[in-house]
Amino acid sequence: MEAATNAVPEIRLRDLTKQFREVLAVDHVNLEIRTGEFFSLLGPSGCGKTTTLRMMGGLEAPTSGTVEIRGNDVTRQPPERRPVNTVFQNYALFPHLNVFENVAFGLRRRHETKDEIRRRVGDALALVRLTGLDTRSPDRLSGGQQQRVALARALVCQPMVLLLDEPLGALDLKLRKQLQVELKRIQREVGITFVYVTHDQEEALTLSDRIAVMRAGQVEQLGSPEELYDRPRNRFVAGFIGTTNILDGEVVSVSQDRSVVRLGTGELCPGPGRAPAAGQPVELAIRPEAIELRAMPGGAERASSLGGSPDGGASALRGNIEQSAYLGTGISYIVRTVGGQLVTVLCTRPADRFDTGDLVELAWEPASALVLAPTDEPGQAAAQSKTDAQEA
Amino acid sequence: MMRGRLREGALLFPGISWLFVFFAAPLAIIFVVSLGQRDAYGGAVLDKGLSFANYLRALEPSFLPTVANSLKYATATTLLAIGISYPIAYWISRHGGRRKGLLLILVMLPFWTSWVIRTYAWMIILRDNGVLNGVLQATGITHDPLILLNTDFAVVLGMTYGFLPFSILPLYVSIDRVDVSVVAAARDLYSSPGQAFRHVTLPLTMPGVIAASLLTFIPAIGDFVTPDILGGAQTTTIAKVIQSLFLSARDWPFGAALGFLLILATVIGTVSTLRILRAEVIG
Ligand SMILES: Nc1ncnc2c1ncn2[C@@H]1O[C@H](COP(=O)(O)OP(=O)(O)OP(=O)(O)O)[C@@H](O)[C@H]1O
Ligand SMILES: [Mg+2]
Repeated sequence: MEAATNAVPEIRLRDLTKQFREVLAVDHVNLEIRTGEFFSLLGPSGCGKTTTLRMMGGLEAPTSGTVEIRGNDVTRQPPERRPVNTVFQNYALFPHLNVFENVAFGLRRRHETKDEIRRRVGDALALVRLTGLDTRSPDRLSGGQQQRVALARALVCQPMVLLLDEPLGALDLKLRKQLQVELKRIQREVGITFVYVTHDQEEALTLSDRIAVMRAGQVEQLGSPEELYDRPRNRFVAGFIGTTNILDGEVVSVSQDRSVVRLGTGELCPGPGRAPAAGQPVELAIRPEAIELRAMPGGAERASSLGGSPDGGASALRGNIEQSAYLGTGISYIVRTVGGQLVTVLCTRPADRFDTGDLVELAWEPASALVLAPTDEPGQAAAQSKTDAQEA
Repeated sequence: MMRGRLREGALLFPGISWLFVFFAAPLAIIFVVSLGQRDAYGGAVLDKGLSFANYLRALEPSFLPTVANSLKYATATTLLAIGISYPIAYWISRHGGRRKGLLLILVMLPFWTSWVIRTYAWMIILRDNGVLNGVLQATGITHDPLILLNTDFAVVLGMTYGFLPFSILPLYVSIDRVDVSVVAAARDLYSSPGQAFRHVTLPLTMPGVIAASLLTFIPAIGDFVTPDILGGAQTTTIAKVIQSLFLSARDWPFGAALGFLLILATVIGTVSTLRILRAEVIG
């Protein structure tokens, strides 16, 4: 962290904004991407990921704000003069050129010698494991092969930063997993900064050193995969990264290391010690794997009493198993609490097997429940950052 | 298998009959007439023996200047038409937005008026006391009227104007098919806008350029209206010669021989152009 803040970032975006007529596609984005990291822009469709990436590459002119690469302001530089290369969402291979010429395109524009071009194209094709397909036409390649040509074509120019726009989006799951591993290997081998756009949270978590979660043109949260998973800042991030249970309620009491929260359904459940004062509304996020299910005596009969056991203050939710799904690595249950709240639970221990209708108690470590910051509406956030910009 | 073949054949039937009635049959008639002899009152005499005499006449060197003139007009028209159409088609495709359809209809609008009337309109614009000279003299740019009508310039201008829609439409289609992200990829790979055009957009739209060239060159070679109206009496082209052989000189067999040679040359020229360019550009 310390070292990184002192070093000049590979890419720095300052208040980067792009307005398309009535659509505010990117809204005052500030980011610092570090040298050599695998950085992801993650967000739902239409949140401005591609537009942000295109502004880094120079393919889109920002409405306002600046783009710096290694400390140089390149905002007004055309794409051909920026030391970055792009892997496009649909590959954008040149249909009139064969594989070799596609990969050689950038080198030819830079007037490399014939021998140099042959050597470097050969190396690049070897790096992406496409040796021998030099004379193939792109339309006679499989999706995965086209993807590799696009990658080789961008890498062969030895850019400082490689920009990738959902490079695996069009491939089937198995191939995607396989290419994810290869992308990571290639990034380690060439050692350059990757900026990776995806709407697939699992892909982002697997590949990235750091992730910026975007929504409606803004960065909602920036952090490592662990930070985003364990400490999502708000409901949007919590909901977007992995599956999570979000429980709305009101703080009843707070003690040093735990609190008690009354849900909208009237039931009580445990919360963390760091919670708002009693009487305040609160949003709790609990990951399915953090919840433990305990069998309750009484078998399949319907739970009836509200709230947890009042004795000892061990407030816990009770409910009936409503659905179960076998996932291979574990079993996912959906529990309907007595008050009617639905909770997803992931059991990885084969010992915990329940049948539909079984009465269970839901228990979790108070500290594993997370208090979320209230999510501001995208519109409000936009208005807010606009006034910020005016003040600045 | 058999039934599939039959059904395919049935689909081709209207097209093949059309080609037969309106292309093969007239061509055969022209060929037969070209072998006959001239009849003093027009028409052709076929029963006095058939010969290739008219073809030998057609290949006499005295015709070379006329052929050269036709080629000159058609080539100039084609180059000018492509030069003007490409930017127009490019602009409609890339910046036309929601108005693309309307713009394409505007391109075709001249077809709502007869070819001959539009050519006469150019005559009114270009003649010594015409619209253009009127404007030039009124604004004081020129003092004496410029001689515009009955020049090569007038002929090429009239043809280019007339065949512009034929070149804009195929160019529009091929430009519109070029994925903008491929051009963006070229820019990303160190091409200036000009280099991206030269190395990506132009090669990818070459089929459109070829189609536009053929669709301009072929009618330009066969056009006798424009050279006649805008080029004046002393301008000769092969199409004008053929027209006068049929309508005023009353030498049908010789006209038919020239016409047959013109069609033959056009077909051979088209096919070999396509062959060469396809091998070079696409293959
Ligand atoms: N050229 C354009 N003209 C007008 N609006 C545009 C243009 N490009 C993008 N937009 C709009 O800007 C917003 C952001 O688009 P962008 O392509 O950056 O989203 P994205 O996050 O990449 O989405 P996806 O995951 O679907 O690719 C969208 O609302 C989109 O409709
Ligand atoms: Mg996108």
